[in-house]
Amino acid sequence: MTDTKPIAGQTEARFTDIPSVRDALQSVDYLADEGIAGIVYLADRLGKPVLIEGPAGTGKTELAKSVARMTGARLIRLQCYEGLDESKALYEWNYKKQLLRIQAHRVVESEADGAAAAGDGATWQGIEEDIFSDDFLLTRPLLEAIRATDPVVLLIDEVDRVEVETEALLLELLSEYQVSIPELGTVVANQIPLVFLTSNNTRELSEALKRRCLYLHLDYPDLEREKQIVLTRIPDIGDHLADQIVRIVRSLRALELKKHPSVSETLDWARTLVLLGIENIGAEEATSTLHILLKYQSDITKAAKELSVAPNH
Amino acid sequence: MVAVSGPVPGGMLDVLTGFISELRGAGLPVSLTENLDAMEAIQHIPMEDREAFKYALAATLVKSNAHWRAFETVFDVYFSLRGPQWSVDGEDGEASAEAQAAAAEAMADARRQGEGKGGGAMEGLSAEELAEILFKAMMRDDQAMTRAVARESVTRYAGMEPGRPVGGTYYLYRTLRNLDLEGLMKRLMEAAKEEADGGLTPLEERLLKDEYELRIDQLRKEVEAEIRRRLVADRGAEAMAKTLRKPLPENVDFMHATREELVQLRKAVAPLTRKLAVRLARKRRHGRKGPLDFRNTVRHSLSYGGVPAEPKFRYPRPSKPEIMVVADISGSVAAFARFTLHLVHAISSQFSKVRSFVFVDGIDEVTRFFEGVEDITEAIQRVNTEADVIWVDGHSDYGHAFEVFWERWGKEITPKTSVLLLGDARNNYHASQAWIVKEMRKKARHVFWLNPEPKSYWDTGDSIVGEYAAHCDGVFECRNLKQLEGFVEHLA
Repeated sequence: MTDTKPIAGQTEARFTDIPSVRDALQSVDYLADEGIAGIVYLADRLGKPVLIEGPAGTGKTELAKSVARMTGARLIRLQCYEGLDESKALYEWNYKKQLLRIQAHRVVESEADGAAAAGDGATWQGIEEDIFSDDFLLTRPLLEAIRATDPVVLLIDEVDRVEVETEALLLELLSEYQVSIPELGTVVANQIPLVFLTSNNTRELSEALKRRCLYLHLDYPDLEREKQIVLTRIPDIGDHLADQIVRIVRSLRALELKKHPSVSETLDWARTLVLLGIENIGAEEATSTLHILLKYQSDITKAAKELSVAPNH
Repeated sequence: MVAVSGPVPGGMLDVLTGFISELRGAGLPVSLTENLDAMEAIQHIPMEDREAFKYALAATLVKSNAHWRAFETVFDVYFSLRGPQWSVDGEDGEASAEAQAAAAEAMADARRQGEGKGGGAMEGLSAEELAEILFKAMMRDDQAMTRAVARESVTRYAGMEPGRPVGGTYYLYRTLRNLDLEGLMKRLMEAAKEEADGGLTPLEERLLKDEYELRIDQLRKEVEAEIRRRLVADRGAEAMAKTLRKPLPENVDFMHATREELVQLRKAVAPLTRKLAVRLARKRRHGRKGPLDFRNTVRHSLSYGGVPAEPKFRYPRPSKPEIMVVADISGSVAAFARFTLHLVHAISSQFSKVRSFVFVDGIDEVTRFFEGVEDITEAIQRVNTEADVIWVDGHSDYGHAFEVFWERWGKEITPKTSVLLLGDARNNYHASQAWIVKEMRKKARHVFWLNPEPKSYWDTGDSIVGEYAAHCDGVFECRNLKQLEGFVEHLA
């Protein structure tokens, strides 16, 4: 299947092996585990987009950004929302400019008047060809990523927010790395960009989309990894404090809450505690700063209760 | 097509094909494209890196997190029998050597000389000594040791005999009973308390408890894996794969779900109702266009040089959907009812006007229990204790319940109301009063019936769902998440 792809100048492999991906990600402060590094590596090798799913705040978008940073590529981002359409995702004709062009032509014509009447058909064709050319095309993120000549990483964020019907718009791009524009023909990618799609799993994505992607589920990191993340992102935190923080967060995630604390919230909390000059978290310190971790009053009450009472065996 | 994807080593190709058909057997949808992707993917993975091999297969073959566990089980079973070079956790590899070293060390602790391989080294130990070693392993979070103990305790306690047609859960139960995990937990906590001078604060105690619980859970998993490994060795991978097949989360029957499964189901319900809300909202937006909006048309005509080329219409004012949920919570549908209440709660958090009613032979409105309540378990508790649903004997009487409903709340059904009836329509041979459903349908926008029973049971015995069905906009079998989703799709 790969050899049928009509891509001019097959993109060269970006990474040599999985550990090197991992190290490179580490160098831009993203701590990847085996699975994450493996998929980024495969995405490059197979030339396939990666669909990242998982709870909010586990570093889905961050992964795409980090890959961009690590490969030194430009990040092109398409934020999805309900009602997103072709003209905002792919391309649009700059109709104002087109109108101007036609008007300008009319002015010239009326000056020349009857003289040009004979060649009318030809000029019309000329105009038509003219106004549907590159100059009048407004590129939107997807087309931009395809036409880029410099290395790019394309991030299609929160793809679950668009309607099922709109998803179809992505399919051609994701499997063939090309975009068909009726008036212009098909634009084929100069290179295969790394593509990341993220989804918060608010709805099931269509089979067609999933089939075209590699799938990565990003869950909350385990204790060790989360601690490492805290230590990397907040250099002036003590080892003991970091350890306590991730343990408390893990306990909170085990509770039945409306929204569990995300990694970014863990980091916010850690930052706050460092700023407050707290070295050791007791029940009091924890409950008084819980609002940084949890965003619902009922969750906060529940967690405060749970944290200050000894468990019964 | 396969040939195009390059030089896959012959043996590999067969192995992978077998694996994929095993996955399909477990109910995972694996398409041909995904199959080819997997073949291509593994060529880029160094053969000796089993963990990466597993992730590569998962990334290409498993496209939903809910299927991950099924994949893992199939993977373990399928590749465990294909010789040591296939096993991910290196059963005979370094992990085991490590375990041996650790075991030997523990032996010294117990003043014994350990020889032989793996769990064999522990053969001479008494039950108390084994428990002691396990305790130490748990304290130190020594995973290699935990694995060795798990292996040994399976040998000792599970009582596995070749060819005995007993499922893995039986062995698991026997082994765990002998390990006395609860006692272990208690001991761990006490030891931790002793260790800390000046005692533990409640917070510290809680954190420690969570930590130990996880470690014990790890032990449980090790034991399970060990039992599975032995069963596979005994009966062969193909046979085992069949017996280990558990229904995928979306196919779990509400009525027969285990506690663990119910927890997962509950998690899946919230997104589903959000989906329902989105669908209904979109339907409103994409609905019929209203009358011409003159002002807006003129405004837009300016960009066409004053020609009203793009007529604009007024959108009809979106009406807020009102939902009335009427649910049977009698014993025959108890498991479903609990789930139903979760569903009701989730629905009421998405829609502004939801009224809920529960009945057995009497009926009561329970909207107030769900209003502003964050904690669903509390709400359910209140529904079960406070709602007045028993009229005579506490056996379902749909006829009477509907009658009362119609009398007291029937007037409040408007053309905007959607009525959801939930129950198995097992009426204990009371009068059906199906005319009420008919009247409801005349007044309401929709009347839908969700039935938790398999379709083949409908209208058998005292089930009279057919009588009601004649007057509903639709009756849906709703036994699992997949069917519930199907219903939501149908609504839109």
